[in-house]
Amino acid sequence: MPLLITSPSPSLPPPSSTVGVVGWLRENLFSSTINTILTLVGMYLLYSLVPPVINWALFQADWVGTTKDACTSDGACWVFVGVRLNQFLFGFYPESEYWRVVVAFSLIGILVAWLLIDRTPKKGLVGAFTIFCYPIIAYYLFYGGAFGLQVVETFKWGGLMLTLILATTGMFFSFPIGIILALGRRSSMPIAKSMSVIFIEFWRGVPLITVLFMSSVMLPMFIPENMQIDKLLRAMIGIIFFQSAYMAEVVRGGLQAIPRGQLEAAESLGLSYWKTMFFIILPQALKLVIPGIVNTFIALFKDTTLVLIIGLFDLLAVVQAAFADPKWLGFSVEGYVFVASVYWVSCFSMSRYSLHLEKKLHTGHAR
Amino acid sequence: MTAAQGKQNDLNEVMVELRNVNKWYGDFHVLKNISFKVEKGERIIICGPSGCGKSTLIRCMNRLEEHQEGDIIVSGITLDDDLKHIDTIRRDIGMVFQQFNLFPHLTVMENCCLAPIWVQKKPRKEAEAIAMQYLERVQIADQAQKFPGQLSGGQQQRVAIARSLCMNPSIMLFDEPTSALDPEMIKEVLDVMIDLAHEGMTMLCVTHEMGFAKTVANRVMFMDAGEIIEENEPNEFFDNPQSDRTRLFLSQIL
Repeated sequence: MPLLITSPSPSLPPPSSTVGVVGWLRENLFSSTINTILTLVGMYLLYSLVPPVINWALFQADWVGTTKDACTSDGACWVFVGVRLNQFLFGFYPESEYWRVVVAFSLIGILVAWLLIDRTPKKGLVGAFTIFCYPIIAYYLFYGGAFGLQVVETFKWGGLMLTLILATTGMFFSFPIGIILALGRRSSMPIAKSMSVIFIEFWRGVPLITVLFMSSVMLPMFIPENMQIDKLLRAMIGIIFFQSAYMAEVVRGGLQAIPRGQLEAAESLGLSYWKTMFFIILPQALKLVIPGIVNTFIALFKDTTLVLIIGLFDLLAVVQAAFADPKWLGFSVEGYVFVASVYWVSCFSMSRYSLHLEKKLHTGHAR
Repeated sequence: MTAAQGKQNDLNEVMVELRNVNKWYGDFHVLKNISFKVEKGERIIICGPSGCGKSTLIRCMNRLEEHQEGDIIVSGITLDDDLKHIDTIRRDIGMVFQQFNLFPHLTVMENCCLAPIWVQKKPRKEAEAIAMQYLERVQIADQAQKFPGQLSGGQQQRVAIARSLCMNPSIMLFDEPTSALDPEMIKEVLDVMIDLAHEGMTMLCVTHEMGFAKTVANRVMFMDAGEIIEENEPNEFFDNPQSDRTRLFLSQIL
């Protein structure tokens, strides 16, 4: 009699040793002798490192007080950070004007959250407001000089506030400039192409420290006395140009990954160059290089600490300056841990958001 | 050789005219002195061995490739370096590619509406209505909100045809539209193209689907090494090929 199967055979459950907690442990931690040894060594290292650090930072730490005398235990002395917190956040910004900084950052916080969270209405309007109106509002809030707000010179800006201002203006401008440069470098027009190549290769070829030194030491020698440009502004422009060059190369990588057929399809539909770029090529190219863009943003955020060498007091510089206070000698570890955690939280959030964005924009082969 | 040009077609409007078109890729002479006319409503099949210049030929007609000598005249406009001429011609020509080239980050509906909205400046509502009408015609209206990556190859190619039709072109170019498809999907695309031919669309089609050529073409051109070797009505072309090279080619593919 010929073989004939009329109904599919039932699926059997997998063997119990490959599923559940036991299965997971077997597969991931104890799959071979070497892995078992590594697991045990790793566990011992964790056991000997993590509890002391947590004890130092949390359980044995001193949290309240106003002077060094409050720190009596073996753990961290967070009182140091607490007492100095205003300076760490605002630098030498006048205390009576702190509200302006808080308002400016809360506003951008709300705007960015509005744009980043899915399913909020009127994203276009809010986006346009963020791009065109917010920078002006922020300028007057931070600097003053209009609407009855007193002028706060930029040398008084400092701390986390300065770090965030440098980082956000850097991202805000280097992203579009980078895109333009990337398009320019791939352009068939010789002038646009060579200008982009020269710009990118120049700024990518010099260290950021050199750029900052040039902007703060050399530049003032070449421009007339009466048209001095603000030191912070010079540093900002240096950072923006420097990061634009990196951004341009990241974006160019994305542009190169888009098949030529996409361009041809858009052209054959009669779309102009700019519409093709805006609607077809850039959305796909930028999506591909989200990890690279966020990488550049994170690098930029951390590179802003370099402004301390030209005498701008960003978060790190302000904290380091506080170590020299004779009343608070010997708390540099707490200071550095505080700075490191602020940077880590910021950079880690950026990295997580970029992962979320990649998932959300993935349309290629989702079934 | 130009049998189809006689009879009652003489008075018809000329949609595309090529006069002594030459093109080189570096030193390689890819199109050699190509001249022909396409009249309104004609369905022309271009076939030939791989690398003979047939794709290049139709890609020159909407300036995806640039020809170096000779004239290409589409709907009365000479194709030159003037961007306005290129734009006008591209709006009048629809093109379907071997690799579909749908925009993967946009839904089927957005793929179809983009050019009508941003090139023809149609209001979104109107563009969507037109798109829906064409998507229904290629029988894929129920997939309008999906992304191209979620569709089969045949479905994608039908969307690509609908996308071109949304611009209301007077000429359609097909560059091997079924070559990248699995065998069972070829028919659904060819059916759409046959429909289009019956409605009187002017079509130039590079294809190896000889059954399709017999059904819809009123002229078949055979190209080899950058030249048009033979041009005839389909029945004559297949049953009574004149040139040795044509006979060799037909014996290889049929």
